[in-house]
Amino acid sequence: MEAGLSTKLFVKGNEAVAMASVEAGCRYYFGYPITPQSDIPEYLSRELPRLGGEFIQAESEIGAINMLLGASATGVRCMTSSSGPGISLKQEGISYMAGSELPGVIVDIMRQGPGLGGIDASQADYWQATRGGGHGGYRIIVLAPASVQEMYDLTMLAFDLSDIYRIPAMVLADSVIGQMKESLVANPRPVATLPAKDWAVRGRGEGQLQQVVKSLKLGDGEMEAHHWKMHARYQELADAECRWEELQTDDATLIVTAFGSVARIARTAVAMARAEGMQVGLLRPITLFPFPSKAYADLSTRCKRFLDIELSTGQMVDDVRLSVARDTEVDFYGRPPGAGSLPTPEELFEQIAKNYRR
Amino acid sequence: MKQVFSRPESLKDIQTHFCPGCHHGSVHRLAAEAMDEFGVRGETIGVASVGCSVFLYGYFDVDVIEAPHGRAPAVATGAKRARPDRIVFSYQGDGDLAAIGTAEIIHAANRGEDITVIFVNNTTYGMTGGQMAPTTMVGQKTSTSPYGRDHSKDGYPIRMAELLAQLEGVGFSARVAVNSPKNVMQAKKLMKTAFRYQVEKKGFAFIEVLAACPTNWGMNPLAANQRVGDEMVPYFPLGVYRNTANL
Ligand SMILES: Cc1ncc(C[n+]2csc(CCOP(=O)(O)OP(=O)(O)O)c2C)c(N)n1
Ligand code: SF4
Repeated sequence: MEAGLSTKLFVKGNEAVAMASVEAGCRYYFGYPITPQSDIPEYLSRELPRLGGEFIQAESEIGAINMLLGASATGVRCMTSSSGPGISLKQEGISYMAGSELPGVIVDIMRQGPGLGGIDASQADYWQATRGGGHGGYRIIVLAPASVQEMYDLTMLAFDLSDIYRIPAMVLADSVIGQMKESLVANPRPVATLPAKDWAVRGRGEGQLQQVVKSLKLGDGEMEAHHWKMHARYQELADAECRWEELQTDDATLIVTAFGSVARIARTAVAMARAEGMQVGLLRPITLFPFPSKAYADLSTRCKRFLDIELSTGQMVDDVRLSVARDTEVDFYGRPPGAGSLPTPEELFEQIAKNYRR
Repeated sequence: MKQVFSRPESLKDIQTHFCPGCHHGSVHRLAAEAMDEFGVRGETIGVASVGCSVFLYGYFDVDVIEAPHGRAPAVATGAKRARPDRIVFSYQGDGDLAAIGTAEIIHAANRGEDITVIFVNNTTYGMTGGQMAPTTMVGQKTSTSPYGRDHSKDGYPIRMAELLAQLEGVGFSARVAVNSPKNVMQAKKLMKTAFRYQVEKKGFAFIEVLAACPTNWGMNPLAANQRVGDEMVPYFPLGVYRNTANL
C-alpha cells in the first residue's frame, strides 16, 4: 500500500477488507448493494478500474456469485461481499463452487434475520456460514475478525487459504466490525507458497489438454470419491489452519468463549472479572471452520467451566459442546439479534460473576 | 477424391447422448464450425448450462465451465472479464435461459458483455422430461400442461430474440432454424456472425435456434422436424433482429 509499512491509518472495517483484497492481488469484484457492507463495493468501484481490474455491480447476488464462479474458473483471484439476504441468494453458487473446487472470497457482514430482519449486528448466520449453507454437503473456510486490523489481515489470509485448499473462503463479521473505525497498519501481502492453478480454464491453447470446471459427477463412484477427498481436505485444514486467541486461560477456572464483535465486549468483561480477583479467561476462535476444537479439548482437560456468549440464541455453542472434554460444563448467554440487543461489558460481567460463583 | 464433409476440429470424435432427431447435435456442429473457421478452438471457453446440453465438455474440444441452471451468462461474464482475450460462449436451453435465467441473460445483454450466447428453443424442458417451458406454444400439451398451455394462466411463449434486440447493449440478435438444408445454411452463416461479433469485439451476440425435441414432443424425428417449420416458425419468425455492426 502507498501508506507504507508503519503508517497507521484510521479506517472502517469494511474499507480494511477492500484494501486487503487489493493488496492480496484481487482485481475482480462482483457484488450487489446491501447494508451494512456497501462500503466494500463502493471502495472497489473506485479502486479496481484504476488498477486495471474489473468491478461489476451485478443484477443480483445470484448474478454476482456466478460471475465469481466464472472468473475464479479462469484462475484469477476474485471476491464478492454481501449480508444475510444476499448471502442466502449466493448459496446456490457457493455450492457449485464447492462442488467444482473453486477458490474465491465471500465477505459476509452479518445483519439480523430471518427475512429482511434489520441492519444491526447479529451472529445468527454462524450456522449458515459454517455448515456449508447450500445443498449437497460441503464446508467452506470461515474466518471471524474481531477488529479492523483483523478485517485486513484475515481477508488476505482468506485468499491464500482458499487458493491453497481450493475451497471458497468466507470472512464473517457483523455491522459492528464492518462499520467501526479503528487504526490499521496496512501490512504488505504475506509471502505464501501457493500451488499453481493448473486446473484453470484458460482456453486450451494448442496441444494442451482440455480443462473442465464442473460439479457434475456421474461416473461410477466419482461422486463418492469426491466426498471422501473433500472430507480428507477438511481434516487437513483442521490440522494445519486452526487459529484462535487465548487470554488469561492459564489459571482460569471459567473460560468465556465468543467470536467477532462479542468477543471484544467479553474481553472487557473478563478484565473486569480479573480486577475482582476471579480466575477467568477468554478463548476466541478466529477460524470458525475449521473450528479450533483442539484448543477447547486441551483447555477443558483442566478448566471445567465454559461460558459461551453469542448474538443469537446459541449456534457456536454446539461446536463448543462437541469440542470440550465430556465432564465440562458449557453455559450459554445470548442476545438474539435485535435493535439495542448488543450486550454491555457490565451485562457480560454480571453473567461471568453469576457463573463463576455458582 | 476431394473431401467435402468432415467433423469440425472443435468437436470430439465421440457419439452424443442426444435422442434420434434431436437438433442439439446440429447446433453443436454449427457452433464448432464457426470456431474452426475463426481458428479460435484453442482460445475458447464454453459455458455449459443445465439441460440436455450439460455434457458440452464431452463433445466440444474446448475448455468448459459448467454453470448452475440459468446462470451461464453470469458465469460467462466473470470468465470474459477475467480473460478478455478469450472467446467465451454460453449454450443454453429455453428453460435455462428464458425462465430461471431471465435476469442473468437480460443483464449480461444489457451490459453488452462481449460474449456469444447460443439459445436452443425446443419449446420444452428436455432433460427433465418434457415439462412446460416459457417458450411452449399456446395449446401445446406437455407433462405439466396436460390440457395444453393456457395463455390465461400460463402466459404466452416468450420471443427472446426480439426481446433482447430491444436492448441498447446488444450487438447482434437473430433467430434461425435447422429443419431444412436452406435453413441450416442460413443458420451456419448467422452462427458465424454471432462469433464474428466477439472475434471483432463488436459486443454481445445472441443466436436463437428453433430446435426439435422428438422425445418429449412424442413425435418421430421426421414429424418433429416438420413441426419446427409448421408450428414454431410462424410464431417465432426467423431473421436478424439487431445487427449494430452490420456484420
Ligand atoms: C435450480 C434448478 N432447478 C431445476 C433443475 C432441474 N432441471 C434440470 S434441466 C432443467 C430444464 C432443462 O430444459 P431446457 O433449459 O429447456 O434445456 P433442454 O433440456 O430442453 O435442452 C431443469 C428444470 C436444476 N438442475 N436446477
Ligand atoms: S430429450 Fe429432447 S432435447 Fe433432450 S436429447 Fe432428447 S430430443 Fe434432444
